[in-house]
Amino acid sequence: MERKIGETLLSVDHISLSFGGVKALTDISFSIREKEVFAIIGPNGAGKTSMLNVINGFYHPQEGEITYKGVHRKQMRSHEAAVQGIARTFQNVALFKGMSTLDNIMTGRIIRMKRNLFWQAMYLGPARKEEMENREFVEDIIDFLEIQAIRRTPVGRLPYGLQKRVELGRALAMEPELLLLDEPMAGMNIEEKQDMCRFILDVNDQYGTTIALIEHDMGVVMDISDRVVVLDYGKKLADGSPDEVRANQDVIDAYLGVPH
Amino acid sequence: MTETARIDKKLDTIPKLLLDHAKRRGNSPANRHKDLGIWQSWTWSEVAEEVRNLACGLAKLGFKRGDKLAVIGDNRPRLYWSMVAAQALGGIPVPLYQDSVAEEMVYVLENSDAKFAIVQNQEQTDKLLEIKDRLPHLEYICYEEPRGMRDYTQEFVFYYKDVQQTGRAFHGENPDYFLQELEQGQGSDISIFLYTSGTTGKPKGVVLTADNLIITARNSIDFDNLTSDEEVLAYLPMAWVGDNIFSLAQAYVIGFCVNCPENPETVMTDLKEIGPTYYFAPPAIYETVLTKVMIRMEDAGKIKRSMFNYFMELAKSVGIRILDGKAVSFSEKLLYSIGQILVYGPLRNNLGLSRTRLAYTAGEAIGPEIFEFFRSLGINIKQLYGQTEASVFICAQPDGQVKADTVGTAYPGVELRLADNNEVFYRSPGVFHSYYKNPESTADTKDAEGWVATGDAGFFDEDGHLKIIDRAKDVGRMTDGSMFAPKYIENKLKFFPFIKEAVAFGDEKDYATAFICIDIEAVGNWAERRNLAYSGYTDLSARDEVYDLLQECVESVNADLARDEKLSGSQIKRYLLLHKELDADDGELTRTRKVRRRIVAEKYAVLITALDDPQQTHCEIDSQMTFEDGRTGNVHADLQIRESVRIKSHVHTLAA
Repeated sequence: MERKIGETLLSVDHISLSFGGVKALTDISFSIREKEVFAIIGPNGAGKTSMLNVINGFYHPQEGEITYKGVHRKQMRSHEAAVQGIARTFQNVALFKGMSTLDNIMTGRIIRMKRNLFWQAMYLGPARKEEMENREFVEDIIDFLEIQAIRRTPVGRLPYGLQKRVELGRALAMEPELLLLDEPMAGMNIEEKQDMCRFILDVNDQYGTTIALIEHDMGVVMDISDRVVVLDYGKKLADGSPDEVRANQDVIDAYLGVPH
Repeated sequence: MTETARIDKKLDTIPKLLLDHAKRRGNSPANRHKDLGIWQSWTWSEVAEEVRNLACGLAKLGFKRGDKLAVIGDNRPRLYWSMVAAQALGGIPVPLYQDSVAEEMVYVLENSDAKFAIVQNQEQTDKLLEIKDRLPHLEYICYEEPRGMRDYTQEFVFYYKDVQQTGRAFHGENPDYFLQELEQGQGSDISIFLYTSGTTGKPKGVVLTADNLIITARNSIDFDNLTSDEEVLAYLPMAWVGDNIFSLAQAYVIGFCVNCPENPETVMTDLKEIGPTYYFAPPAIYETVLTKVMIRMEDAGKIKRSMFNYFMELAKSVGIRILDGKAVSFSEKLLYSIGQILVYGPLRNNLGLSRTRLAYTAGEAIGPEIFEFFRSLGINIKQLYGQTEASVFICAQPDGQVKADTVGTAYPGVELRLADNNEVFYRSPGVFHSYYKNPESTADTKDAEGWVATGDAGFFDEDGHLKIIDRAKDVGRMTDGSMFAPKYIENKLKFFPFIKEAVAFGDEKDYATAFICIDIEAVGNWAERRNLAYSGYTDLSARDEVYDLLQECVESVNADLARDEKLSGSQIKRYLLLHKELDADDGELTRTRKVRRRIVAEKYAVLITALDDPQQTHCEIDSQMTFEDGRTGNVHADLQIRESVRIKSHVHTLAA
């Protein structure tokens, strides 16, 4: 399989983040290139989710700089990140439980809709056309993620694995350039994990979306990622291709275990 | 009349019928498929064009008269068109079961010499690429859904629409080619290979001619007064003969619209949206529907529940009589129409059966209460008895003569006879041509006069309706000489909603025994109501409470068997609840969900020995189980064996 991995899309330089006296991240630098599948791994409490939160502007680091699409920033802001094409899913599914799958994914289109509330409520003229275009986009995603059967089901009634899929759908609806996935496979069985892997690779392949993911399952990470960065206690241990990381002694000691 | 006969004679292949409909009802819908949440439809003339482009595209790639085209995927209009396109060129379509793993496909593809394959998607393409080295005949693979296929650069892999594009150009250059090829077709041509799933041994390729399919379809259209206004939902495997009659031959003969579901999981929703007028489902589906309704009703409020119970009770007597055209009093009619507004109508609508005029079931025996339930709602559900080798129809129940335990009378054009061992033989216009490359089996099954052995044992009841009891070779004798018909017993067990599958043993044994697989949905729900916590199938089926529940079922089957003198000796003495569901992926069921008795007996030999030994009260077993992705895992369980009470036959005591 051949994919063109391009220029740097996002880089973080010397990021440090602390909460009071607790240092969550210390002097972290790495870069994510266009169209790659990038993984952040590390033991519990290593700072993986904090790192993702920094990237999409949920946390503001005390030090360092974030460069996204060539623009340097001290920090991202959440809404800015969304408009700039950064979407994410959460470790604990954060959907609107009472709404259907379709409506949940539709919410992802909101930042793409230009008509105001009045026009949308009237459902006339341009608002109607816009609604139809967006609905078509959402239907494509539903088809893509193979969730047609639950189109009208309130997501609160769905099993966990499907909720995760819907959440991915909502993130995709934003047409992101960079997709941040926080443990997309946590709590899934083998079949669900396989499906999710396939969807992640297909998203990357079909839409050319850059993907940064956090994952605990080492098998999954090594299989689907182009590059991996390893964090431990808020510090960067290693950075490179899955094979390089696998061979790195610090990583083996800290995370994969010391051979006896 | 004579003219119709003349036209009919000319329209002796499926592609000719297609062109005829394109001319006569060009603007009526021929196919619908739900895509991106919207029903897309194609008229007959659009279908004719699609088929022509595809056929020309295939011809351009080198598809010739007599070549075989494998078709693999869910029910999709484009896959049906592929079959018709192959037939138009004088080729032979070979549909395969889409959920088979690659290994299972090797045999069929090899045996049929398939040169081309048209498949639904990446999944099926991958399967073929995995085994392509072993298939010297397979030259081209064409896929219908482009998703994920961008990086498949092999020069023998094509996109469906690209082939059609080439075909359009080819048609421009050779405008007569398609028609010429199509007109060379005759009724006696081989129309299709259908591989039987095979309860034993390798699958056999049943060769059917255009006459087989078309004459059978015409007979069935007359028998049930089907019209061009029917709507059907094509959701059963394309490799199954029934789908080729119900969703292809009948539709092409009379010209009704065939709807394809969005994907296999959405069938129930799609059914509701389409509201088919004519519907086929195996008993298992009706059973699932009934179980679901009953479970939902138990959760309903008190008023709703008592309303449901009252009107369903009324419908049992009144609804069935109305359906059979028998006398009903005015007050009964009035009450029934109130029920229609309050219960039957909404329920039918919910099940997607509002417009269903005619429904069929076949393949396995159907529980009497399931049958009664649907008939009392006013759905004319009937049973038929058929085989791939007969192009489906051997027997069917005529309107007004429907019984739960028979399969009806001989179908129009079908002759029936019973052999000495009660095996059923038939002869009909639908009788298959041969088994492909297997003259011995053909000779074993079909004699020189065209009589075909069904392998089923049965007898005629007092009204001349055929009653099937079991496979002729499975009917055995117990040591005391009494008859043992395992399937008959198993079916009686399976009529209980708590039992999903059962396998009975008793041939040449002192007493009958059985494996029972619980229905996880029904038993799970029952357990929940009793606050019985369980971790999964294995755990639930090992519970004492569940055994107690099932004990009642087994004993009531015994009571039932005791009523029949011949079968009284085969009452179940010892049984156990299996720790896993029987599964087609483990080879225990066929793809059409029939038990592979021999394989089950081999695999669980330890359990059978334990059942046969009256001293043993439990038995340990390790067994392998295959997950959907093809990997296997081991399950270990310690199974309890229970004894059930057997009843002395009343008939016997009376006689003594």
